[in-house]
Amino acid sequence: MDLSAINPVLLLASLMVAATPILLAAIGELVVEKAGVLNLGVEGMMIVGAIAGFATAVETGSPWLGFVAAAAGGAVLSALFALLTLVALANQVASGLALTLFGLGLSALMGQSYVGVKPPAFAQLDIPVLSDLPVLGPILFAHDPVLYLGIAIVAGVWALLKYTRAGLILRAVGENHDAAHALGYKVVRIRLLAILAGGACAGLGGAYISLVRVPQWTEGMTAGAGWIALALVVFASWKPWRVLLGAWLFGGITVLQLNLQAAGVAIPVEYLAMSPYLVTILVLVILSADKSSAPASLGRNFHAST
Amino acid sequence: MSVPLLSIQGLTKAYPGVVANDHVSFDIQEGEVHALLGENGAGKSTLVKMIYGLVKPDSGRMLLRGEPFAPAQPRAARADGIAMVFQHFSLFEALSVAENIALGMEDPPPMRDLATRIREVSETYGLPLDPFRVVGDLSAGERQRVEIIRCLLQQPQLLIMDEPTSVLTPQEVKILFETLRRLRGEGRSILYISHKLEEIRALCDHATILRQGRNVGECTPSETTAREMAEMMVGGILQTPRRAGREFGAVALDVTGLSVPSPSAFGTALKNVHFAVRRGEVLGIGGVAGNGQDELLAVLSGEIPADADAVRLNDVPVGHLGPVARRRLGLLAAPEERLGHAAAPDMTLTENALLTGSVREKLERNGFIRWEAARAFAERIIAAFDVRTPGPDNAARSLSGGNLQKFVIGREVLQDPVVLVVNQPTWGVDAAAAAAIRQALLDLAAQGTAVVCISQDLDELMEISDRFAALNEGRLSAPRPTAELSVEEIGLMMGGAHGMEVAHV
Repeated sequence: MDLSAINPVLLLASLMVAATPILLAAIGELVVEKAGVLNLGVEGMMIVGAIAGFATAVETGSPWLGFVAAAAGGAVLSALFALLTLVALANQVASGLALTLFGLGLSALMGQSYVGVKPPAFAQLDIPVLSDLPVLGPILFAHDPVLYLGIAIVAGVWALLKYTRAGLILRAVGENHDAAHALGYKVVRIRLLAILAGGACAGLGGAYISLVRVPQWTEGMTAGAGWIALALVVFASWKPWRVLLGAWLFGGITVLQLNLQAAGVAIPVEYLAMSPYLVTILVLVILSADKSSAPASLGRNFHAST
Repeated sequence: MSVPLLSIQGLTKAYPGVVANDHVSFDIQEGEVHALLGENGAGKSTLVKMIYGLVKPDSGRMLLRGEPFAPAQPRAARADGIAMVFQHFSLFEALSVAENIALGMEDPPPMRDLATRIREVSETYGLPLDPFRVVGDLSAGERQRVEIIRCLLQQPQLLIMDEPTSVLTPQEVKILFETLRRLRGEGRSILYISHKLEEIRALCDHATILRQGRNVGECTPSETTAREMAEMMVGGILQTPRRAGREFGAVALDVTGLSVPSPSAFGTALKNVHFAVRRGEVLGIGGVAGNGQDELLAVLSGEIPADADAVRLNDVPVGHLGPVARRRLGLLAAPEERLGHAAAPDMTLTENALLTGSVREKLERNGFIRWEAARAFAERIIAAFDVRTPGPDNAARSLSGGNLQKFVIGREVLQDPVVLVVNQPTWGVDAAAAAAIRQALLDLAAQGTAVVCISQDLDELMEISDRFAALNEGRLSAPRPTAELSVEEIGLMMGGAHGMEVAHV
């Protein structure tokens, strides 16, 4: 065992990279759930985003276009979910599960000719002075742009929900859709927009795995990240900053346990592998012990009975 | 006569299988409180939804100050000066008062200015309210103030109020009426929907009566007796429940020192509740919603366990027993919520009859269901309580509120209970069905059952109960004979006006 092989600076730097996929997916799902919709298809939207982004980036040579395509791919798949639950009034849980299975299959089909291909990479961000700072530089200021975009989305969602009228209406729809309808708000339209936004975020998260974190394409490469994102939203009590905290915690322990494995710690690998899930859930359960609760209309279909 | 504020001319709206409004016409004058009377299902709600732009009429037209008026959506109605306070509060519990009010406005000012305006309006009209409190923590009366202030901030010309007093104490009703009279004094009109006839007589200038979607009469409420109006609503002679003189027997249900924490975060804990009910007696328990009624029913039915000795049935401790064991001993209960608590909405009437009747009616044997017997029991309830349904194989959900309520009350009454606890037995039920249910409870008491009737309808409690007690924040007042009580005293027992004051301007 050689713990000195673990470099704390590199550890912290890779923590943020490991956290970004679930952070993006979870913040999107938070918006969806705040509007009162439970979309369990996050995993499916992520993997479709992963392959859509990967394929586009490889074909065009531009990682930026790849991320745009990933967001579009996730949004298109979520539009299918919206059609099922908002128009056909299908059960949200069943539709979400179906969306995940469908997305996994579809992505495998789309990705057949991309196995083993290497995608174009972002130029490493290089801010003069800041990136050269010792310790802080590599941890905070030497990442790819999408990682910062993720944090910006968290801040944006927080401000939207807290300070804007649009955010207030979104929360109102998730809280009591009948009352919102009675006041004349377009419940279905608002939920559709929320679902599309959530799908786009999940697509970005998926593409971050295939274009930045790994970076290559393999079938089923999201490996449950979508489910973690879903759990994160609940345990974070539907609060954006707690989602960020939970994602970093999860990412941090994931990276740490990989380092510990490499260092040959005398703990069975299986325990180390399950530790990120255990610790994240434990911490967020403790945090969520306050009285804030789920949006009251979460998971309930809306039908304008007049 | 001058041009009416709103003239409704031949409005018709049909839904598949039912005509909700059939050529309804009436006028609302400026500065008038106009009552819309009718039983449940008479079409009052559909009519106001058309005025408020939530529903489009099939035919007919409306004139607002002589101009054609056809709001496509509530926003358009609000822009034309029409505001509505809903029957079931259309509030968002997790949001603050100011946020709720902002949601009902077209372009709300920034939160701080809005809070100032809310304080101004609430002081002007005597409706104190803190803009930053979360609505989930407010009492029913305070929630209604939120809705009223939301309407008043838009300076409406016509205020529609759908059953506004059903959740208020008598003092709160008085203050609400002061507010409404003040609004009328300012030249605003109010369309007031209710089936509480005495209130309409006290407040309204004019009344339109609907029955089965048709306009069946008009009257000036102050010159018409409540009975005449009720008979216009029902379209027949109304039976008042008869109370036979009866002797009370031994104590059947004895509750002593009952304290139970509430199972839910927004509920009310019961604090040291004492009462005893004798055989043949009806104990009425009043109080404003959310003061522990649901918890009291749950503790008596066995859904929430308590100390064994806190609840005694015929001197046997039953506080620790569950609902089935209590039913076996004769303590039966019918909770308030028809769809979901008293009945399983998607199950048939036979299955619903089985759910509470299996023990006392012996509808199961060795773990197997006796379907024949269960069906016969359901048919017996349907026949005895005049439940209008094609048959016992229909889902509970398919029945109208009044019919389902007759079914769930009848189901318990026919099981020959020693003690029957009912919560809101006639909530949202039309006058004829309500009278039948009250009569059934009185008949049951005459046969020697001890009845505990929890209700927010004071008229009902005055009508059927021998003694009255009130729940206020989980505490029960000492029961007193109903005959001795005045409405004022009852109001005080219920906790007064919850800090309300009439504005003095």
